[in-house]
Amino acid sequence: MLATIGKRLLTVIPTLIGVVIVTFLLTRALPGDPAAYFAGPAATKEAIEQVRKNLGLDKPLPEQFVRYVRDLARGDLGNSLSTGRPVTTEIVSRLPASAELTLLGLIVSMAIAVPLGILAAVKQGSWIDHTCRVVATAGVSLPVFFTGLLLVYVFYYILGWSPSPIGRLDAFASAPTQITGFFLIDSLVTGNLEVFRSALAQLILPVVTLAIFSLAPIARMTRASMLAVLASEFVRTARASGLDSRTVIITYAFRNAMLPVVTTLGMVFSFLLGANVLVEKVFAWPGIGSYAVEALLQSDFAPVQGFVLTMAVLYVVLNLVIDILYGVIDPRVRLEG
Amino acid sequence: MKRRDFLKSATALAAGTAISAPAIFSAAAQSRNETLLIVSESGPNNLDIHGVGTNVPGYEVSWNCYDRLISHEMKTGANGAPYYDRDKFKMELADDMKLGDMSATFKLKKNAKFQDGTPVTAKDVKWSLDRAVSVGGFPTFQMSAGSLTKPEQFVVVDDSTVRVDFARKDRLTIPDLAVIVPCVINSELVKKHATEKDPWGLEYTKQNTAGSGAYKVTGWTPGTEVVMERNDAWVGGKLPAIKKVIWRIVPSAGNRRALLERGDADISYDLPNKDFVELKSNPKLTIVSTPYSNGIQYIGMNVKQPPFDNPKVRQAVAYALPYQKIMDAVLFGLSKPMFGAPADFKTEVAWPQPHKYNTDIAKAKALMAEAGYPNGFETTISFDLGFAGVNEPICVLAQESLAQIGIKCSINKVPGANWRTELNKKTLPLYTNVFSGWLDYPEYFFIWCYHGKNSIFNTMSYQSKTMDAFIDGAVTAAAEGDKASYDKDVIGMVDTAYADMPRIPLFQPYVNVAMQKNVTGYQYWFHRRLDYRTFAKA
Repeated sequence: MLATIGKRLLTVIPTLIGVVIVTFLLTRALPGDPAAYFAGPAATKEAIEQVRKNLGLDKPLPEQFVRYVRDLARGDLGNSLSTGRPVTTEIVSRLPASAELTLLGLIVSMAIAVPLGILAAVKQGSWIDHTCRVVATAGVSLPVFFTGLLLVYVFYYILGWSPSPIGRLDAFASAPTQITGFFLIDSLVTGNLEVFRSALAQLILPVVTLAIFSLAPIARMTRASMLAVLASEFVRTARASGLDSRTVIITYAFRNAMLPVVTTLGMVFSFLLGANVLVEKVFAWPGIGSYAVEALLQSDFAPVQGFVLTMAVLYVVLNLVIDILYGVIDPRVRLEG
Repeated sequence: MKRRDFLKSATALAAGTAISAPAIFSAAAQSRNETLLIVSESGPNNLDIHGVGTNVPGYEVSWNCYDRLISHEMKTGANGAPYYDRDKFKMELADDMKLGDMSATFKLKKNAKFQDGTPVTAKDVKWSLDRAVSVGGFPTFQMSAGSLTKPEQFVVVDDSTVRVDFARKDRLTIPDLAVIVPCVINSELVKKHATEKDPWGLEYTKQNTAGSGAYKVTGWTPGTEVVMERNDAWVGGKLPAIKKVIWRIVPSAGNRRALLERGDADISYDLPNKDFVELKSNPKLTIVSTPYSNGIQYIGMNVKQPPFDNPKVRQAVAYALPYQKIMDAVLFGLSKPMFGAPADFKTEVAWPQPHKYNTDIAKAKALMAEAGYPNGFETTISFDLGFAGVNEPICVLAQESLAQIGIKCSINKVPGANWRTELNKKTLPLYTNVFSGWLDYPEYFFIWCYHGKNSIFNTMSYQSKTMDAFIDGAVTAAAEGDKASYDKDVIGMVDTAYADMPRIPLFQPYVNVAMQKNVTGYQYWFHRRLDYRTFAKA
């Protein structure tokens, strides 16, 4: 097993080198001029040149690249100009915020979508199948910012059930000591129930927004893959052997249908993590997506590079985890690997 | 480090007292009345206005956390709300200001202390002013606007006396000492963190406030929130009523509005105009709208290239713009019109003031024919996407209107990061933009925007000997106190600008601030940001 993982990790190295080079070149190819932007509205030509020199942007590209790689090797992703802090610090504090939101969103979504998909497949053509189709279509066709704003409007503005949408915590609560960066876990570990409640209350609306959006791919994939498995011969045999339908569906059919579902989950997770910028904007969530977009708008190179790199590493890890999960679910994959 | 420690201790405290939860609750309710919760679209990127690329929200932190030698008194503005008095100064860190012919001498307040307890000395003042004129970029530029350019101009007389020598007679020198930039910094503290590469300790002040001001930053998460707490030892003025300011960044305008309407946020000030108009009818909120001092949104034209090198074409454009439609449909009336002055309106010694052009398509067509473009021409109109909410509809309306006189415009949307670069190239033929100056003097506006020395704000590359003579005349007359020739020159400046029309003023934008009814003490400042020191919650 370890050898397999090691081999997999080795193949990752060229990918990462490619990512480093491409992000560096891409950010340099952006049309904006960071020196002009950060020199401020009243900057003279000399002032802009001075800022350019301070930022090291007056050096030729190869030299900038060498410096970038050297810093990278030391774990230094550079400084963000727009927030004034090291990119590493920012990512360390913002990635957990996004991850907490996305993971919870995914769990909620899974809890609804997987049973819904199974039921839809088992009772194909019934009302539950139609419900599944309607829910999936509606979820995927509502843009996240719209769902988010609608939920805020109904549950915060009109009903007043939800706390104000101003980020991970109420304005008057202070963040728990950082252990994992997941507020729910950190507050429980430090025994601070007040913060736990506040963090959970803040999470509900954005989590539901994300869950609604990611319902569709999971439910549809579960349904399709269940349908294929249910039509296969071993299920027919199992049924013919007189096993009760619960055992047939859960133990035999679902386990075999899980592979494509897990793949979809992995894809949905990584997609959500980077793409929930809009949810982060709506709920003032200090996540990594909004950080990257903000940086991009201001031609702030370092965070963009840091973001892409983090995402690349995350994808790699995620793929590895999924591959391992494959092995757990389906022994055949393990043998081949 | 500091912040981390603070959070740690705060959490430890909260955890430690978790058993007696009700006690915390009532304490929280009480402190809520002394806490101001501000929500805005963007937050600071640097806590020091001297920093490289400090953004406008950063100015607000500097204003509230640092003191200057002098500041401005308040008067009642045209809208009945307090408005800074351009001509009356009050002492902040200085106890007394003696104005000589070619210098000003400031005596520091005896009991003034920095937030770490060390006394404020003349040495700190000199170091801070030296820093402002030396670091380059915006602070140095702003200092030079008041003829403050060299460290030799700041002289330590004794421990508590500092003298500012004037480079030349300039009536903007004293006002320039009351803007945000010449703040007084704890020099010993910052010097400890200075390095060879960073002799002014900018890295330290980026993250920490090191002033003597009424507030100090105790927590800052960029892009999320800034927490400021009152400095109880402040001597710059009356002790503020608000003990703690929490400034949360809420990017969605809809949510900022919802927070206000639900009564969860105390103040917000960057909402779309439409929201402000609708909020005005909300009995729970107070809305204060004040025109930008010395600020105008305009349509600019590049006068170096045809067809806009022809004054007739520029006048034709000025007659073709849909001014009233812009006022109604884009601004919802929340701006001061800068057009359509009556024919018998006499030019005043003031700025901004309206021009006499109004939408008149027939006249515009005639001018186009006279200019030799009876069939019009094609061009592009550009705007800054960073302020698309106002800029985009203006450009669409202008496009529609200009098509009626044969000018076919395509719209060029420039991303915020790129806007300044594009504008500085001075090649955009037609565009909309805003200029506003901190120092509210007509000649200040004209030096930057119309003078032939072609500064970066003269986005049209407009050069005219007549105009330069008027501007230079006004500057000299102001320094010498020659009111008669000053008035004559200012009127000449405005008349020339409106006859040649290199840029067409549209309106004076409003600063709109929405707050809960129990929040009082809002004041309009030249920098247009909030001054927490006068706020109070009932």
